Amino acid sequence: MTASAPQPPDGTAISREQGLQMYAQMYRIRIFEEQVNELYTSAKMPGLAHLYIGQEAVAVGVCQALRADDYITSTHRGHGHCLAKGAAVDRMFAELLGKASGYCRGKGGSMHIADQERGNLGANAIVAGSAGIATGAAFTAKRLGTARVAVCFFGEGALGQGVLYEVMNLASLWTLPVIYVCENNLYNEYTHYAETTAGEMLARPKAFGIRTEDVDGQDVRAVYAATHRAVAAARGGQGPAFLLCHTYRFLGHHVGDVNRAYYRSKDEEQRWKATRDPLQVLATWMAAQRLAAPADVAQVESRVRGEVTSGLEVALTAPYPDPHEVDQHVYA
Amino acid sequence: MSTRSETAPATAVRELTFGQAVREALAEEMRADPSVCIIGEDVAEAGTPFKVLAGLVDEFGPDRVIDSPISEAGIMSLAVGAAMTGLRPIVDIMFGDFLTLAMDQIVNQAAKVHYMSGGKLKVPLVVRTTLGATRRSAAQHSQSLHAWVSHVPGLKVALPSTPYDAKGLWKTAIRDDNPVVIFEDKLSYQLKGPVPDGEYTIPFGQADIKRPGTDLTIVATSSMVQVALRAAQLLEALEISAEVVDPRTTVPLDTRTLVDSAKKTSRVIVVDEGYQRYGVTAELAAVIGEGAFHYLDAPVRRVGALDVPVPFSPVLEDLTVPTSERVVETAKVLCGRV
Repeated sequence: MTASAPQPPDGTAISREQGLQMYAQMYRIRIFEEQVNELYTSAKMPGLAHLYIGQEAVAVGVCQALRADDYITSTHRGHGHCLAKGAAVDRMFAELLGKASGYCRGKGGSMHIADQERGNLGANAIVAGSAGIATGAAFTAKRLGTARVAVCFFGEGALGQGVLYEVMNLASLWTLPVIYVCENNLYNEYTHYAETTAGEMLARPKAFGIRTEDVDGQDVRAVYAATHRAVAAARGGQGPAFLLCHTYRFLGHHVGDVNRAYYRSKDEEQRWKATRDPLQVLATWMAAQRLAAPADVAQVESRVRGEVTSGLEVALTAPYPDPHEVDQHVYA
Repeated sequence: MSTRSETAPATAVRELTFGQAVREALAEEMRADPSVCIIGEDVAEAGTPFKVLAGLVDEFGPDRVIDSPISEAGIMSLAVGAAMTGLRPIVDIMFGDFLTLAMDQIVNQAAKVHYMSGGKLKVPLVVRTTLGATRRSAAQHSQSLHAWVSHVPGLKVALPSTPYDAKGLWKTAIRDDNPVVIFEDKLSYQLKGPVPDGEYTIPFGQADIKRPGTDLTIVATSSMVQVALRAAQLLEALEISAEVVDPRTTVPLDTRTLVDSAKKTSRVIVVDEGYQRYGVTAELAAVIGEGAFHYLDAPVRRVGALDVPVPFSPVLEDLTVPTSERVVETAKVLCGRV
């Protein structure tokens, strides 16, 4: 069936297996986040959470183009990045619930999940806080000659932080294998980016001599193809890249941001959900290409839903950390 | 006058300057461990404005002694990521005042990564920077901001005061798996002192009694150790025997040695060049007060920097820093000599 898919020139054709795998991963993120929303609104989850619903194609398309040992860094809206890099649902939930079996033994929570076995150097609650960390991981990769690349996920709000420009300068100057993935979901929290961002976004990385691409962030195939190109160049010693992925945050800035009319219209939200849902975009394409029928997709959904549900059950019954852990891990 | 379990120095002892001792420690560790590298502004050919790193780039090359743009936040955050992934970077921040530019990277990133990750990730990073006034460099090149980083859990803070301590503490810092901030007193670089020829390290959290005494304890850090030693000499003429104790690291802090000395002498002055308000003197005084209260004949006295921005005019600047004379005056009050 693969033969029926158009072959992009750079070898990023999507097979049936890849298509269904990417769909499963995006659906996993979608269902996971819906459960998080439910946990929060039913007061089972402490703190707050920033949901990734609507942006799934960015994390999944990028991570599909990475090796298992490549690095990523993530943001406060990071659950999707973690799952896309291969994190297990039960340990993710456990971390969000503050349980000892969580990825950080409950010490990090929603905004700080790190999973170093899969190259995930951690989500970061300081906007642009991980830009330097990803760039530093790329620095190590180059120094040690590991041919690893580092991907730095951040939102367009991070374009307001000076440190991003300092490290992009370093990355270009030192030809570091780092890929800056800017997810423009249109809103810096509750403020449209047009109110905060002067000039052209891509003019900024271009000024440092960094290769850039403008990417449809709702089309996982487009994200995958663009990342594939950037990764190949970075691994080949050609230095950093900057992908500007246009996307949309279907829900609020965080789970409690329910009344959003003062900063964006319901019409706008409806339009994105109805026509630009990354899951629908991929499912429609796979059907049109005869790669996967709706029944195949439904089967994937059923499997993933069961996996997420059982992962949540494991996490809900898992024990909390022992009080003696409170001052453990301050120092290595 | 080293104490306790420092690893045994070898035989020959030379006179080195503080700056030479720092450079020797870095060179030895870089020879021993290829993952150690230095990143900073003008660290390579220039060897920093104080020339402490001069020559390192000749031996280790520009890939390991790396001149950076003037981007403190950028190089610090890059170094945090490099440390998390297998290197042991040293970031050179030319003046302690410039730590402010990299504070998020030090406080919110480096200090917290190990804890936030539940112990999985480590940040073996050393931040090299300076403290100390009276170089007529005015308000933005003269501060002693070591209290700021001492406040944050997850960081270690070393304050070498002699060439011997500088070398031993530096080697420990580079081998430590945690972020360490080392402050060097800008006026100490030419200070000479004995440094053994062979390999040794000084563990963190071990204070050093720089001068034994019986009537009074002067706890002094970094640049203030020489001030305290001179004060002790002046006090000797007044037949007051002062013990000078150097904590050497504020984090971890050797509470026991400080408290034991306080118990022995029953009078304590704490001298530190940071701003006195909410500063290192306050913490050390509190620790001693809590640990030796029933042994003290008087409240612990603090001598810190004046709580003003450091002024340029020499006449004014000299009024802002602790001096031996001020320590002597305070000691005389404590010992009932006025």
